Amino acid sequence: MPDRWGFLPRAASFVAFIAAWQIGSLAVGARQLPPPLVVLDVLWRRILDGSIPYHVGVTLARVAVSFTIAMLIGTAIGIAMGRSRRLDRFFDGWLILFLNVPAVVSTILCYVWFGLVETAAIAAVAVNKIPNVVVTLREGARALSPDYIEMAQVYRLSRAKTLRHVILPELYPFIVAAARSGLALVWKIVLVVELLGRSNGVGFQIYSAFQNFEVAEILAYTIAFVAVIQAIEFAILRPLERRAGRWRR
Amino acid sequence: MAAVTQFEIDVRSKRYPAVGQAPPIEALRDLRFAISVGEFACIVGPSGCGKTTLLNIVAGLDADFTGRVDFPGPAERSRPVIGYVFQKPRLLPWRTVEENIRLVLSPAQARSTIVDDLLAATGLIDARHSYPERLSVGMARRVALVRAFAIEPDLLLMDEPFVSLDETTAERLRALLLDIWSRRPTTVLFVTHDTREAAQLADRVIVLTPSPGSLQSIVTIDTPRADRINGGIAEAIRQRIVQPPAIEASR
Repeated sequence: MPDRWGFLPRAASFVAFIAAWQIGSLAVGARQLPPPLVVLDVLWRRILDGSIPYHVGVTLARVAVSFTIAMLIGTAIGIAMGRSRRLDRFFDGWLILFLNVPAVVSTILCYVWFGLVETAAIAAVAVNKIPNVVVTLREGARALSPDYIEMAQVYRLSRAKTLRHVILPELYPFIVAAARSGLALVWKIVLVVELLGRSNGVGFQIYSAFQNFEVAEILAYTIAFVAVIQAIEFAILRPLERRAGRWRR
Repeated sequence: MAAVTQFEIDVRSKRYPAVGQAPPIEALRDLRFAISVGEFACIVGPSGCGKTTLLNIVAGLDADFTGRVDFPGPAERSRPVIGYVFQKPRLLPWRTVEENIRLVLSPAQARSTIVDDLLAATGLIDARHSYPERLSVGMARRVALVRAFAIEPDLLLMDEPFVSLDETTAERLRALLLDIWSRRPTTVLFVTHDTREAAQLADRVIVLTPSPGSLQSIVTIDTPRADRINGGIAEAIRQRIVQPPAIEASR
């Protein structure tokens, strides 16, 4: 078995985690920390009655929309700031400010300004994510090789062609890096946004469970959502990263 | 204004600003010469005399100089089509050989057989779907050559395109260049520090002084290229480039 050194430690680690959970549950009491089997049971019932698929689906839709908006806007601003020293100097202070605004603050402000609507929720998540994308893409745009841009200039490639064939491929590793860290950030913020001002989604369900002190419910939703996000990471983002490097030797 | 009939280059001065502790540098000074349409001109000079700077000025990449560059033809068609073979091939590593070439073509050229013709002439047909990082250095330079010829340039700029190749490969590529050039004639401005290379390729050699580069001499070579294969004749031409007669040296 060629992969036993990879598989065995992982299996052992998983078993140890479940065991620690079980022991912890016995120590603090099943009400504070329900044992694994109880959580599994809740998870299974919530999948069957359709509530997990519904709320996870709603949350995923919010993740997808706000993530896409944040990537597009953040990439555009990042490239602009990386290419122009003047823009960079002017907006650098703004960027630092937005990087440090806590998610809760921007979320509450969005709800105050736009009302408790879907647009406000999406905007709040995007506003939180955009500065991180900008920082990553700005770094990439600063590192762009003048060699290829000069080539594009001499051979008179249009702006669209230069962007598509010269600049974006060179930035691809930075875009994938921003996407991966972005997904990790966005799905956590989406829960906060749902908790504060939406009446569906995983964040809302966790808030309801919290009010009824249903810890098993909270853990079941957490497991379901983490599993889905990991599946996206493995099924979409990793292959994209491999694809980006296929021209390398 | 009369229409210009040749490429006229007149660089009064090109300076690089001071960077940190380094003082400002004057790269070129009072460099004036003209190239006829269809001519193969070599620019030789010691390293650091501003040869690449000159090519970038002609290519329009560097507008920060005093002087002017005039291209032949009616004034309204201000910029000719320029092919540039850089010192490094500068192929996009994330595009295949063929994609790199097709990217720079006009729609009409893309529909023509020019890419296939040039790939065949340079022995690159089998490599057309390869990514540049999988090519040998010599092959990558051939691709850069194909890309420059494929746009059917009015002016072809070449910046030491065969430097750091082993002599056999460089020799083969020089022969290949002359072969393609004779079939697709264009005006060539070829920069090199190698006087033997210039003696082999050029109709005219423009010799630059050490930095700041200005005109030292212009050597016209009438010997047919086929005769220059003879070692003695080639060496005699090279001697004229290295030690130009006093009359040509004074300007």
